[in-house]
Parts: sequence; C-alpha cells; structure tokens
Amino acid sequence: MSLTHQDVARIAKLARINVSDEEIVAVGNQLNNIFGLIEKMQAVNTDGIEPMAHPQDVSLRLREDIVTQTNQREAFQAIAPQVEKGLFLVPKVIE
Amino acid sequence: MKWEVVIGLEVHVQLNTATKIFSGTSTAFGAEPNTQASAVELAFPGVLPVMNKAVVEKAIRLGLALGSKINQKNVFARKNYFYPDLPKGYQISQMELPIVEGGVLPILVGEEEKLVKLTRAHMEEDAGKSLHEDFSGMTGIDLNRAGTPLLEVVSEPDMRSPEEAVAYARALHSLVMWLGICDGNMQEGSFRVDANVSVRPFGQQEFGTRREIKNLNSFRFLEQAIKYEIQWQIDTLEDGGRVEQATVLFDPDSGETRMMRSKEDAHDYRYFPDPDLLPVRISDEQIARIRSEMPELPSAMKARFVEAFGVSAYDAALLTGSRATAEYFEAVAQASGQGKLAANWVNGEIAARLNREGKDIGDCPISAERLTGLIQRIADNTLSSKLAKQVFDALWDSDLSADAIIERDGLKQVSDVGAIEKMVEEAIAANPKAVEEFRAGKEKALNALAGQVMKASKGKANPAQVQEILKQKLA
Repeated sequence: MSLTHQDVARIAKLARINVSDEEIVAVGNQLNNIFGLIEKMQAVNTDGIEPMAHPQDVSLRLREDIVTQTNQREAFQAIAPQVEKGLFLVPKVIE
Repeated sequence: MKWEVVIGLEVHVQLNTATKIFSGTSTAFGAEPNTQASAVELAFPGVLPVMNKAVVEKAIRLGLALGSKINQKNVFARKNYFYPDLPKGYQISQMELPIVEGGVLPILVGEEEKLVKLTRAHMEEDAGKSLHEDFSGMTGIDLNRAGTPLLEVVSEPDMRSPEEAVAYARALHSLVMWLGICDGNMQEGSFRVDANVSVRPFGQQEFGTRREIKNLNSFRFLEQAIKYEIQWQIDTLEDGGRVEQATVLFDPDSGETRMMRSKEDAHDYRYFPDPDLLPVRISDEQIARIRSEMPELPSAMKARFVEAFGVSAYDAALLTGSRATAEYFEAVAQASGQGKLAANWVNGEIAARLNREGKDIGDCPISAERLTGLIQRIADNTLSSKLAKQVFDALWDSDLSADAIIERDGLKQVSDVGAIEKMVEEAIAANPKAVEEFRAGKEKALNALAGQVMKASKGKANPAQVQEILKQKLA
C-alpha cells in the first residue's frame, strides 16, 4: 500500500504534529519506505502463531492496593506555566 | 408503522480501591484539586504504570458473578486522543483481550424476569476533570480523578424498552454494590451510563442506525433520555429523514438530547497494545480463591429465600435488591420463624417508610431484633394487624421493644373467650336491627356487629374470634 499526501496530512493532524505542505512529500516518502518494510513482514506466513502483546514472555507484576504517594502539588505546580486555585490552567478547550 | 426499540448499555463502574489503577496515589473523593495527582497521573517523562492487584481481583469478582469467561491472559492497550485532562495523550484501556467476556445479568421488568447478555467488561483508567468556568479565559484542570480505576461493562443490544434499560442499570448497580467492588454513588460519578439507542420497523432483522447518549448519572435521566431519543428517531424516520450515527448529550433542564459529534468527527483512537504493560496472567488458584471469598449471590439467595422461608419469587427478588435488605430480612425471618410475615413487613411497611423518609435499610430505625419482636407478637395472636401497625409506628419513633410498647400502651389483643363473649352479647342486645338483618340473610350485617365489638374493645379484641363467637351466638 502507498500513502497519499492526504493520508500523511491526516496522520500528522491526529498526532498533533505540524507538517508543512513542502514537508509532506518527504515525510510521505519516509512513511512509505516503512510501509514497504511492514509489507515484507506481513508476507511471512504466521498461521497458527499467537500474536504477541509484548516481546518478552513474562507477566505483569501486580502491586498491593496501599497508598504510597504523598501530595506533591506544590512541587509539580512550581514548574507549571500557569495555575489558579490549585488547578493547572490550559488554553480554553470549549467555547 | 410499528417500531421496535433496541438498546445496549455501556456502564463505567468506578472500583472502590484505596489507590489508583497505575500508582499508589489515593483515590479518596473530594480532596483539594491536584493533591491526589502524582507524576504518573501527570504523565511526567520516564514514569511507568504499576498495576493495582485489587483492580484485577474486583474485575474477576464481577466476571464470576455474571457467569462470564475470565480471560486468564488479558492485555492493556492505548486509546489515543488529545484532551488536556488526559496528559499522556492516551487512555490505558483494554481492547482485543479484555479481562471479562460474556455472561448474563437477570433483570426484573415489572414482575417478569429477563436475561440480558453481556459482551465484555474491561479495566481502564479514568481521565481528570476540566473546569470550564472562567479562569482568566482559560480552562482549569484537576487531575485527582485521573487514573481512578474503572470497569467498563458492555451489554449486548438486548433491551427493548426504556424500562428494560433502567432495570438492567439498576440490577448491575445493585450487583456491584452487593459484590463490594463499587460504592454505587451516582452523584459522585461512581456509576455512569452510556446508552446506545436505535429503532427499526417491527420484524426487521438488521438494526437501525444507533446514536449514543453519553454520561447519564441517574436512573431517572437514563429513562428520560432514552424516551426522548426514541421519539426523536421515530419522528425523524416517519418524516422521511435519516438517523445518522452520532454521539449525543442529554440536557436534564430541557429533557432533550443534542448532538455532540457526528460520525465524521468520530475519534480515530488508533488502539495498540501498551508496551509499558505486560499481559496480565491470572492463575486457576487465584480464580478459585476469589470465588471462595465471594458473598452468596443475589440469584442464589433469592432461590434460597423461596425454598427456606416460603416467600414468593417476586418478594424474594425485592428482598435481594440489596445485600443489606437481604441480610435484614434473613435475620428477622430466621429469629421469628415467620418468613412470609417478615417478607410482608420488610417489603411493605419498612420499605414504604424508608422510601417516604428518603432513607435506606442501613438507616432503618427499627433493628432486625425489634422487628422480630413485633412479628412474634403478631404470630402468637397478641396483636391484630391493626394493633401491629400501631406498635410499628411506636417502634419507628422509639428505642423500646415491641413487648414494652404493648405493655406501656395496653395494646394486647383480647383473646379471652369469656371477655369477648360478654362484649358480643352486649353488641347483640344493643343492635336488634342488625341482628334481624343478619338472620334475614344479609351477611354484611355481621360486619356491623363485629365493628361494634371491636369498638367496644378499643380495637383490641381478636377479630377472628369476634367473628366466630358472633356466628355461634346468632346461629
């Protein structure tokens, strides 16, 4: 498969990456090279092989449900661009 | 045209753990903004999620209660979208391999039982909260809720009316509280419902196009929203329009649903397995242990109540609506040996009074022990049903036992044959007209005479005995 410029623009938008019209061509070529590699891998016969969720065959370790974290709001908010009444402020997201 | 309604529900059940799903941060409700938000919830570079064992075990509990398949290997995935209350840019959820698959939930619609099939239940993290009031023209973010563990429980599109949808939501709500995995507090958002609604011409096989109503946080809103949505879809189709797939919000003030986003704006979440988390593996031993720790389930308890106490299936269903009610009933039925009487009082007077005063069984001013005292005096004929009601009211407003109230207020039912005979004779002597009517075949006249006796005894005469002795005397 081959990505069109439109596909590239859409992927960039979803990832919130600003890609200019000039860059789209170069980025498109790079992405298509990667797809070429993926196509090669997809050509391998994987019948009867269980998909891996992780490269290592180990299981998740679980933690006991006990509070270990303390309140560090002051430290976190000291490096935030803007705070008010304990809230982090961000550009308005709805009108 | 006759339309058929099709409804499926997705419920976000907040699990009542002490800490978040992926960090040891407290989940206590109502803390100052961002005081329960660690580097994990804030998505600082380099942090890694560390899974909470209690979340897995509570999910298994629900799966076992629903008779579902527990996936002994299940996998976390990233659901990607951008919003400021989700600093990572993705929500950790489960996609292809959820922890729970399948199962059924019995629901009670009117007096009829119906089985609703479950699709799946998966573990995921909640997002933070965006506050859109004016903060110098900006949006305020509180991440205390971020990372709170949720179980998203998805039903099959098995419901055919708003009433069935509400019955399902109520049944699931009482089950998660019964299992002790969720506090059930809907005002605080511990149990939030999304409803997928569509309509189709009656008899048609394929489903109509659905619209999803988001974030309903009360049973009343759920019912109102679905009713409005059904009517809107039917009106749209009958006017020759088309229903487009969309996500809508319910506005409780106007009682209407309105479009939040259309299909074109639908998110592309680009799910993929989260490389930060290994697959969760659950052993047979772990499942067996959790099964052994589970409380008796409502369905099993219901059957046992019918069997052991002779109550009706309907009464048993009401009694097992919550674990607290079931335990209360069982204590009374056990101690009094009067299952049916106990069921009548718990489902009748107690339920009505609690409902009127906006309380639940946990706040009931009459302990199981004191209700047992009342029921024993009804069973041994010390109290008529009328006197029993009087004692019940006094029990509600005091700490006294039924016996103490009967003693104090002189409410003992008179069952002494001699005393009743005397009153019957007086009533017969004083009401020759009624006696004549009864003898002429007017059965009702007997009630008038019995009424006179009851009045003379200040309501304390045993009504059955009064009737019996009257008939003897008049024969």
